[in-house]
Amino acid sequence: MEVNFWNPEVETMERSQLEALQLKRLQAVIGYALKTPFYQKRLSRAGISRPEDVRSLQELQKIPFTVKDDLRQNFPAGLLAVDMEEVVRIHSSSGTTGVPTVIYLTAEDLNSWTDLLARSIITTGCCRKDIFQNMMSYGLFTGGLGLHYGAERVGMTVIPVGGGNTQRQVQLMRDFKTTVVHVTPSYLLHIHTRLAEFGVKASDLHLRRAFLGAEPYSENTRLKLQELYGIDAYNSYGLSEMNGPSVAFECVYKKDMHLWEDAYIVEIIDPATGQILPDGQKGEVVLTNLVRHAMPLMRYRTRDLAFLHTEPCPCGRTHRRLSRIQGRTDDMLIINGVNVFPSQIEEVIMAIPEVGTNYMIHLTSAGALDKLIVKVEIYSKMFTGDLNSLDALKGKIRDRLRASITINPHIELHEPGSLPVFEGKAKHVVDNREKL
Amino acid sequence: MIWNEPMETMPLQDLKNLQSERLVKLARYVYDNCPVYKQKFETHGISPSDIRSLDDITKLPFTTKMDMRDNYPYGLFSLPRTQIVEIHVSTGTTGNPTLVGYTRDDVDLWGEVTARCLCCAGAKSDDIIQIAYGYGLFTGGLGFHYGAMKMGLTIIPTSSGQTKRQLKIMQDFKPRILCCTPSYCLYMAEECREMGIDPRSSSWNIGIFGAEPWSERMRAEIEQTWNMLAVDVYGLSEIIGPGVSQECTYKEGLHVFSDVFYPEIIDPETGKPVPDGQPGELVITTLTKQGIPLIRYRTRDIVSITHEPCRCGRTCPRTSKITGRTDDMIVVRGINVFPSQIEHVLLGIEGTQPHYQIVVDRLAHKLDEVEIMVEVDEKMFSDEIKQMKSLEHKIKKEIEAILSIGVTVKLVEPKTIQRSEGKAKRVIDKRQL
Amino acid sequence: MKITQISVFLENRKGRLYEICSMLGQAKINIRALTIAETETFGVLRMVVDKPAEAIELFRKNHVTANQADVVAVEVPDRPGGLANVLKMLSDRQVNVEYMYGFVEKFSENALLVFRFDNPEKGGQVLRDAGINVLAGKEIQGL
Repeated sequence: MEVNFWNPEVETMERSQLEALQLKRLQAVIGYALKTPFYQKRLSRAGISRPEDVRSLQELQKIPFTVKDDLRQNFPAGLLAVDMEEVVRIHSSSGTTGVPTVIYLTAEDLNSWTDLLARSIITTGCCRKDIFQNMMSYGLFTGGLGLHYGAERVGMTVIPVGGGNTQRQVQLMRDFKTTVVHVTPSYLLHIHTRLAEFGVKASDLHLRRAFLGAEPYSENTRLKLQELYGIDAYNSYGLSEMNGPSVAFECVYKKDMHLWEDAYIVEIIDPATGQILPDGQKGEVVLTNLVRHAMPLMRYRTRDLAFLHTEPCPCGRTHRRLSRIQGRTDDMLIINGVNVFPSQIEEVIMAIPEVGTNYMIHLTSAGALDKLIVKVEIYSKMFTGDLNSLDALKGKIRDRLRASITINPHIELHEPGSLPVFEGKAKHVVDNREKL
Repeated sequence: MIWNEPMETMPLQDLKNLQSERLVKLARYVYDNCPVYKQKFETHGISPSDIRSLDDITKLPFTTKMDMRDNYPYGLFSLPRTQIVEIHVSTGTTGNPTLVGYTRDDVDLWGEVTARCLCCAGAKSDDIIQIAYGYGLFTGGLGFHYGAMKMGLTIIPTSSGQTKRQLKIMQDFKPRILCCTPSYCLYMAEECREMGIDPRSSSWNIGIFGAEPWSERMRAEIEQTWNMLAVDVYGLSEIIGPGVSQECTYKEGLHVFSDVFYPEIIDPETGKPVPDGQPGELVITTLTKQGIPLIRYRTRDIVSITHEPCRCGRTCPRTSKITGRTDDMIVVRGINVFPSQIEHVLLGIEGTQPHYQIVVDRLAHKLDEVEIMVEVDEKMFSDEIKQMKSLEHKIKKEIEAILSIGVTVKLVEPKTIQRSEGKAKRVIDKRQL
Repeated sequence: MKITQISVFLENRKGRLYEICSMLGQAKINIRALTIAETETFGVLRMVVDKPAEAIELFRKNHVTANQADVVAVEVPDRPGGLANVLKMLSDRQVNVEYMYGFVEKFSENALLVFRFDNPEKGGQVLRDAGINVLAGKEIQGL
C-alpha cells in the first residue's frame, strides 16, 4: 500500500522525541495560559506559576481538568491569552441558546491548524490533483472552512458547496468529476438513495475517497458506503473546542485514527474518578491543545468515550490511534451531524405560550438521515378550533427551533395530557434511530 | 488607508500604459490557451497581433453569459483543471449553473481586490469584521474572507442567516465592520429592537453592502437606523465575485479597480461606447486573471462612468450605482433570479408551457419575499388536498434547489395572471428600493 | 352505484364561492351536497349536483378548474350509532374512507352521506351487500 506523508519527520518521529516535542510545546502553552485570569488562578493553585514548573509530561496531571462549564463561565473572552489585535479568526458554535463555545486563533494558530488539516488529507492518500467537494457547512462551524484551508494548502481543486441541496451536490459531483468529498456518513448514504431521481448512477461519478465525520457510525456503514460508491472512506475526529476537524484522521490502512500527538496531548480517563486509564481501555477522551496560543485549553474533557490502540500502525506513523467514538458521558444528541442538547429544545418550546406543559423528543431514521420529531402538548386555553392557527403554531415552533439548533424538526401537536408523564426522572428523549 | 497605493493612485497616463501592456498580453494568452477564444477571434477576423494598445480593445469580440453556459463546465478555462484551486458556481439562466474557477494566483488577486474594498470603506488592520454574506458557492462570503485575511483583520465568519445569532455575536465580540446585503441589514434592525437593543448603539461603524441593487434612500435609512457608514460594493462571480468596484468614504461612485478589471460602458443595442456620464451597459475585461480570463464580458448591468479623480486620491474611474438591467434578471436577497429558471422547473413538472408569475415584495424591515403564482389547469388539478399540497411542495422544493432561497408557491385559478397583449408579464417587482 | 362528484379549485379570496354558486344557479343546476376543504392559500369545493355533465361543461366554458371523481351516496340510519355501524362494515372489509360529507336534505327518514373511498366500487358493494341503501345517479337527479 502506498503511504504518503505531508510532514514525514513529525509523523514518524520516535516516541521519545515526540514526547520531548510535546513537553516543549506544553510549556509554551502554559506560558500563554498564565496570561489568562482563569488559568492563572487554576495553575497557581496547582503550584504552577511559570512554564518550567511543569518539568515532565507526567506533571501535566498536576493541572486540573477544564470542562465545558468553564468555557461558558468565561465566555466570551476569559480564556483569550493574546491581544485581540493578534486574533485573526473567531469561530463559535453558539446558537441563541445552550452553551456557547468560542475559539480564537492567531495567524500562527491558523497556520498550524491548516497544516494539520493538510497532513490529514495527505494521510488518506489524496494529492493536489484531486477535486474536493466540501459538503460540510461553511461559516462559524469549523467543519467547512477547516477542510477548505487544508485542501487549499494541499493544492486540490476545492468546490465549497457546504451542506444540503442534494440535487446540486449530485450535479456538481457529476459535472466536475469530483474525486473526494467531506461529508457526514448519513448524508452520503442519503445522496445514494436519490441518485436515480437525478438520472445518475454511482458508476457515473468519479468519486474515489470520502472523509467521514461529525457523527458516530459503525464499521458496517463504512463498508456499505465503500461498496455503494466504490470508494475508500476515512474516519475523522475533531471537536469545535479543539478547532474542529483534524484532531485525529485515519491513514490508508483505515485501522482507526492517528491522533496528531505533536499538536494534542491525549489522555483517556475514567469519567467517574478522573483516573488515567492504560492504553486499550475505554474511557473519556481528554485533550490538551499544544498548537493554539490565542486560546489555550488544557486537559479539556471532551465527554467522548473511546480508547487508544496499543500496537503500532503499519503505515509507520508513530502517533497513536484513537478508536471510533463509542458513546458520550452526557445526553448530547448528534442529529445529522449537528450537536444538540435536549435542554436547548426544552428552552425554546417552553418559551412559547401556546405550548402546554409536556413534550417529547423522538428520533427516527428517515432513509439514511435522522428525523427529529418534537411532540408538544398544546395549552388548552389557547386552542381556538381554527386549523390554520394550529398550522401557524406548528410553523412558529419549527422556526424557533431551527433558529436555535439549526435543524429542521417535524412538529406534532398533541392534546393536553396525552403525552407520557414520568414519575421521578423524566425521559423526554426516545431514540429509535437505526444505528449507522 | 489605501491598500495598494501604487495601483490605486497611479497617474492616468501610467495606468493606461499598464492597461495596454496587460491587454496585449491577455489577447495573446487567451488565443494561445483557450480554444473557445481562439475560435471567437477567428470568426471575428482578428488575431492577437492586431491588439497593440488599449485603444484596440473595441476590435475584440464580446463575451456573454451564453458563452459561459454553452461551454460549461470547463470550456472557457485557459489553464488545465489541475491549476484550479477553487470553483464557484452561480445561478445560470436555465439548467446549467455558471462556473467560475480560480488558480492560486486568482484567489490571491481576489483577496487583493477585496482588501482594497475593505480599506476603501475605511477598515484598519486591527479591526474585527463580521462577514454575514453566505459562505460556500456564493462568492460573497469567501471573497471578503480572503481580503480580510490578507489585511490581517479578526474575522468572524458568521455566514448568512440566523439573525438572532448574528446580533448576539455583534454584542459579544464588538466587530466594527459588517458585510452583508443591504436589505438584510435593515431586516436585522427590526430583530435587534425586538431583542431590546437600540441599533444605534451597535458596534458596527462601517457596513459594506452589495450583491443586490439598492438606493440612496436605503443608504440613508441604514445610516440613520444603525448610526453607521454604509458603502456599496459591486462584483459578479463571472469576473471574480465581490471586489470589482467599491465606494470610498466620500460615497461618490464606485471605484473600479481598472488596473485589473478594465471597464467600458456601451450602448447595449449597438455595442458602441457611450460617453462618460451617460448610462449604458457595463462591460469588463479581466486584465490579469489566469484561470478563466474574460474579454469584454457583458455584465448586463446599466451604470454610468466618470474618469474624474476622486477626493480620496484614487485615480481609478468611478461608476454610478446600478440603475437597471438589460435583461429580466432580478436580484433577491443577493441571489440572481432569471424567470427562465422558474419556467424550466415548471416545464419539468407539468410537461407543458406553464402560466406563472413571479411576485417580489419587500415589506417594511422584512426580507424580500418571492411568491410564484402558478395557474392550475385541469391536468394538474386533483380534488385531493393532499395531492395539491404535494404538487405545491414539489414546485417549491425544485425552485428552491435551483435558486437556493426560500420561495412561496401559490396555486391560482386559470387566467388570474394578467396578460398584456397576450404575453404574460413574468415579474412583478413591488419592492421600493 | 357510483355517482359523480365535481371538484372545483378555488383561490381563497372574497366572493369566489359566491361566483361559482351563482354560475350554477343561473344555469339552473342544483347543488345537492357540498363541502369545502381549505388550506392557507387555496380550497377545494366538492359537490354533488343534479346535472353533473352540464356543470362540468359550464365550468370548462368559464375557465374554472374542475374535475370529476367517483363517490358513493349512502343512506345512513339517523340514530345514535348509525354512522358508526356503517363505518365498521367498511373497516372490517379494509375499505378506507378518504373523506365524507352530508347531503343538504334528508332522504326518507335517513341521513344521506357522500363517501369517497379508496376503492369506490368495493365500498359501494360492501354496503349494498349489508343491506344499506346506496343511491344511484338517477335518484340524485330526482331529489
